[in-house]
Amino acid sequence: MQTEIEKPRARQRARHHDFLHVILSIAAFAIPIIAALTFYALLNGSLDSIQAFGFGFLTGTRWEPNPANGGPPILGALPAMYGSVVTTLIALIFAVPISLGIALFQSELAPSRLRLPSIFLIELLAAVPSVVYGLWGILFLVPFMSTYIDPGLIGSLGFIPIFSGETNGLGMFTAGVILAIMIIPYGAAVMREVIAAVPRAQREACIALGGTQVETVRMAVIPYASTGIIAAIVLAMGRAIGETMAVTMVIGNVARISPSLFLPSETIPSVIANEFTEVAGNNIYLAALFELGLILFAIAFLMNLIGRVLISKLTFHGGTSAHV
Amino acid sequence: MRSMIRMSSKNTKRNVGIVALVVVILAAVAGGYYFTTMNSTQSMSATSMMTSASSTMMPSTTSMMTSVMTSATMSETSMASMTSSVAAYQPTTPVSIIGAGATFPQPLIQTWTVQYHNLYPAVSISYSGIGSGGGIQQITLKTVDFGASDAPLSNTQWAGAPGLVFFPETLGGVAITYNLEAWGISNTTVLNFTPDVIAHIYMGLITKWNDPALVALNPGVPLPSAFITAVHRSDGSGTTYAFTNFLSDTVPDWAQQVGYATSVTWPVDTTLGAFGVGAKGNPGVAGTVLNTHGAIGYVDVIYAVSNHLGVGAVLNAAGNYVVPTLQTILWAAQNATGTPNPADLRLHIVNAAGPQSYPIATYTYILVYKDMSANPSTTETKAEALANFLWWAIHSGQQYSSALIYVPLPANIVAADEVVLMSLNYGGTPLLSG
Repeated sequence: MQTEIEKPRARQRARHHDFLHVILSIAAFAIPIIAALTFYALLNGSLDSIQAFGFGFLTGTRWEPNPANGGPPILGALPAMYGSVVTTLIALIFAVPISLGIALFQSELAPSRLRLPSIFLIELLAAVPSVVYGLWGILFLVPFMSTYIDPGLIGSLGFIPIFSGETNGLGMFTAGVILAIMIIPYGAAVMREVIAAVPRAQREACIALGGTQVETVRMAVIPYASTGIIAAIVLAMGRAIGETMAVTMVIGNVARISPSLFLPSETIPSVIANEFTEVAGNNIYLAALFELGLILFAIAFLMNLIGRVLISKLTFHGGTSAHV
Repeated sequence: MRSMIRMSSKNTKRNVGIVALVVVILAAVAGGYYFTTMNSTQSMSATSMMTSASSTMMPSTTSMMTSVMTSATMSETSMASMTSSVAAYQPTTPVSIIGAGATFPQPLIQTWTVQYHNLYPAVSISYSGIGSGGGIQQITLKTVDFGASDAPLSNTQWAGAPGLVFFPETLGGVAITYNLEAWGISNTTVLNFTPDVIAHIYMGLITKWNDPALVALNPGVPLPSAFITAVHRSDGSGTTYAFTNFLSDTVPDWAQQVGYATSVTWPVDTTLGAFGVGAKGNPGVAGTVLNTHGAIGYVDVIYAVSNHLGVGAVLNAAGNYVVPTLQTILWAAQNATGTPNPADLRLHIVNAAGPQSYPIATYTYILVYKDMSANPSTTETKAEALANFLWWAIHSGQQYSSALIYVPLPANIVAADEVVLMSLNYGGTPLLSG
């Protein structure tokens, strides 16, 4: 009797298991498949441009979709790549120390009545849509930078090429600052999680050896959490390099490679956002925008890869376990 | 016991945290509410000021209104004579028509779709502003029933979409705007510009506001020794098309080095010591000019008026400096086109003749298939409704233009449009019969 009842049940369980297995497998494979399809679509869309410009697309400094003489478009991606890299670097220079500071404050120092509101406020920043940041940028940050910050930097550090020249607030520096504000909540949230995951014993051991709070953070917490912190930086970097709307609104949108951070520039996403609607009937132009997308895809992929490698290396040498 | 006490004290701490959180949320909500109410009152005052600004901008408001009225009544009479069968059109089968394209005529087209739906409840029309290029692309791919573009089709674009016809549905002017308030030059000060000066600014040859060429044009205005930020569109647009079309028409150097298109390569961007800046959309250019000291830009007239930007007077073909108003743009349209050829309504109305014609103006176009059965998404009922809507738009629809600061179509263009609309058919059967 018993076996007769249990057998179908077991079968049922097995069937359930199979069903669950299939569903979960689909879920797990969906994203890599979509990524592969995206890559294929980008590659396929950019074939015309790859054929027309070849490797020169990556080194070309001119972006002239409609040349004056009515000839074929002259398109080079270097100004956009330069703008993307420089704005992302500026954003990281500001965002990494600030997010680390926020994360350490929230997990190590803050009294509990400050901790929750502080977390809540920082995460609120992450929920603000990027177009709102852009609007704030153009209405407040650009005039502020052009009146106070930029002239100050030009006056004191103007002898360095990157701080030279004149300013009207629209340019790579302002874009980098706005990007920093946008990626701080992401960086801070991930860093806080990894710092909170540092075992209590680690801290207590340091305190037991007579370490002060600062020494505990410096010698016990940060080294243990370093892989996670790097992962947080990579995540923030990925967001910064792909950010479109806010950057488009403050960067000045000009295909120009200039040493001065105060001059207008453009980034890969801003070029695509600006020009995508106007490419009708111009196949090479459309293909060039696709190729820009492909380059962005490759850069993001490469950065993630570097982040992964760094994490695995640090994990191996430090003997700590990765939490991400 | 102790742990209990500690627990409770911990709980109170947590409670304090939660209370603080609630307070923060309330403050954020209250702040947001205050901000929105403040903004709405601001925008209300902005609209009222806009109307006052437009009336001060146009000294001959009444004469303009009468002339607009006469053109409207004229077209209405012509419509009455030709639309006896159109008036009988009363659809009962619900149809929904989809259009997409330029953002410049979007407010007007949306007003039309609402008004037309009130007149003929069975017909619903939706229009998406996706840009001129997008409009051309979508109608070429036959995914929409009609497209709209600020720039007329190029020969290659036209060849790529056989059977496509287009006609102007409204027109607008491009204003030269600037922001010199930081140096005591208020936005009501009208600066004079010649085509050469505008071209040289955007070519990076004139980089300071006190350049001798600008000073000579504006005697008595204390132009500062500040650098000029030349703001242009970063996206392709019909506004850029009209602006560069004007400069190509009047400045040979510009025609040779830059040319005209919906997007061009701006020499000012790459000239050492000059400042060029791109901004997205008319609102983007207006906002950048508004927030950048020493900026100059070009926008559709309504954006200059509604943002209280300085609006310059531009030298026209007759040698007068003219500010953009509905009337001066209408004059340009009337004087520039003569008797247009309905087979090719690609009209250039820049630098038009006439003593008071504003020189930078452009038509904006609706694109449809002449034989609408060519478009698989358009059924015969849909085609009939669309043709009737378009007929209504170029006639009765024009009465909504002035309120939205669009220029009503002049009679000669309405006549040419009528010829185009009359040729619309579905598999050979005419859709409108006159």
